[in-house]
Amino acid sequence: MEKILVCIKRVIDYNVKIRIKPDESGVITDGVKMSINPFDEIAIEEALRIKESGNANEVILVSIGPDDSQQQLRTGLAMGADRAILIEHPTQLESIQVAKLLYQIVDQENPDLILMGKQAIDDDSNQTGQMLAQICSYPQATFASKITVTDNILEVVREVDQGLEILEVDLPAIVTVDLRLNEPRYVKLPDIMKAKKKPLEIIDPSLLDVSLEPTGKVLNVSAPPPRQSGVMLNEASELVAALKEKGLLND
Amino acid sequence: MTSDQKVLVVAEHFQGEIISSTSKTINCASQISSQVDLLILSNDPSLNVEASKYDGINQVLVINDDLFEHSVASVMAPVIADIASPYDYILAPSTTFGKDLTPRVSALLNVSQITDIMEVIDKRTFKRPIYAGNAIETIEVNEGQKIIATVRPASFKDVGSSNSASITDMDLPSIDIPTHTRFKGIESEIKERPDLQVASIVISGGRGVGSAENFDILYQLADKLGASVGASRAAVDAGYVPNDMQVGQTGKIIAPDLYFAFGISGAIQHIAGIKDAGTIVAVNKDPDAPIFEIADIGIVADLFEFIPDLLSKLD
Repeated sequence: MEKILVCIKRVIDYNVKIRIKPDESGVITDGVKMSINPFDEIAIEEALRIKESGNANEVILVSIGPDDSQQQLRTGLAMGADRAILIEHPTQLESIQVAKLLYQIVDQENPDLILMGKQAIDDDSNQTGQMLAQICSYPQATFASKITVTDNILEVVREVDQGLEILEVDLPAIVTVDLRLNEPRYVKLPDIMKAKKKPLEIIDPSLLDVSLEPTGKVLNVSAPPPRQSGVMLNEASELVAALKEKGLLND
Repeated sequence: MTSDQKVLVVAEHFQGEIISSTSKTINCASQISSQVDLLILSNDPSLNVEASKYDGINQVLVINDDLFEHSVASVMAPVIADIASPYDYILAPSTTFGKDLTPRVSALLNVSQITDIMEVIDKRTFKRPIYAGNAIETIEVNEGQKIIATVRPASFKDVGSSNSASITDMDLPSIDIPTHTRFKGIESEIKERPDLQVASIVISGGRGVGSAENFDILYQLADKLGASVGASRAAVDAGYVPNDMQVGQTGKIIAPDLYFAFGISGAIQHIAGIKDAGTIVAVNKDPDAPIFEIADIGIVADLFEFIPDLLSKLD
């Protein structure tokens, strides 16, 4: 295939314990470490492996987000992607809007394969890939844990609730990737230097003819009710007695 | 709560059975409106009567066709979008089935979607978990918008099955169905024990179990208690058990009445999957394991000594 497009999102790093704003309007992001959404990083790695195995010529990254998302695109370029596109927008958009903006890039670039994470670890929506697939009238394979490329067909193993499902899809296609697909490479310093010279195009979304009016609003973001910490026991007999008292074991 | 608002629930089924996530989604739908229809796309007419028993539904809409032998999102979505136009709400379970399918329906109808409804506040306001359940978002959908959402099964109880709703056979709409996606097979473990997402008792093992063979002792305890067996991501990544047993943010989110964590340290991503459990029992050699911070009952012990002792006390 000629081109792989990988869609990535800038999110709070997965190692950061998130904090909720005192006014419950959202989550604190100021001064917090940001990274590529880990599932999207796996998507970049997979695209690079497909290219390195001789099955693709070019890996293009695209992100939608604030100006600072250039950092994550540069990281992806340092991993080995060829060029990057940022649709610059300061605030979170709804998944359908993201999918429509991405469609404009798909229409322009005509990639053979589009890869992205199964979900972003901030809003956990798990929608964008499937919406984009429908808008493009492309097949989709979500929750991918293995991708095999043969000519114009992909065989994808999917991690579904009932086990491992195997789907065959015609290209062009969209695959959303799960955790066990691969382990992303570490970026080396010389690659970071090289990545600075790679092309990064910035696009103004107002030129793309997609309505970005919200269709709903977040009323508040709060902490989940905490679990009370419990009692410590020593013996199996004490546990059996405690569970019987709670009515969780039959006498 | 009653209203004229119409809700369509999309049923999930697998190998000749309707999955309980469907019943939980109907429960959520019933909290929105009394006008709930259930849609079954399958090639198995035996599902229809089973489905008509769910309390809270007015009718079961059925299209039986070999197209629906397997749940392929790109095949089902245009059919659902065609049927859904008179409905104000379309709900599906937030399982891999519903997550795969629903956004395609949303895109066809040009509607934003809500993932993982965990609580219905009012007809247009819902709570959902974000950041792996470390925060809860309350969102309100604008008036006049169709609402398409997936429903988090762990947050809703099953509905009863004393209904006998009417069953309406429908014709396949005359629309183009894509052929670009082909089902090739599924590797599914033969289930000797209750499904993880349904079981009232779940017994999970972590890296501390040490090997695939060592999981046998957890299976013994599970069989004694009629429990399902799960695992932490560490145990899955170490190859002790298959991935469909994984409990946590990247696995299954469950809410059993009683949850046992053996040799599980309690990483945030695991806790995210068991937050809604009734009682959590943790057994770990390490007294500083974070799992003890959220456990209702904690025991510092070697699981290989503790479980045989527990088995003997259960005799």
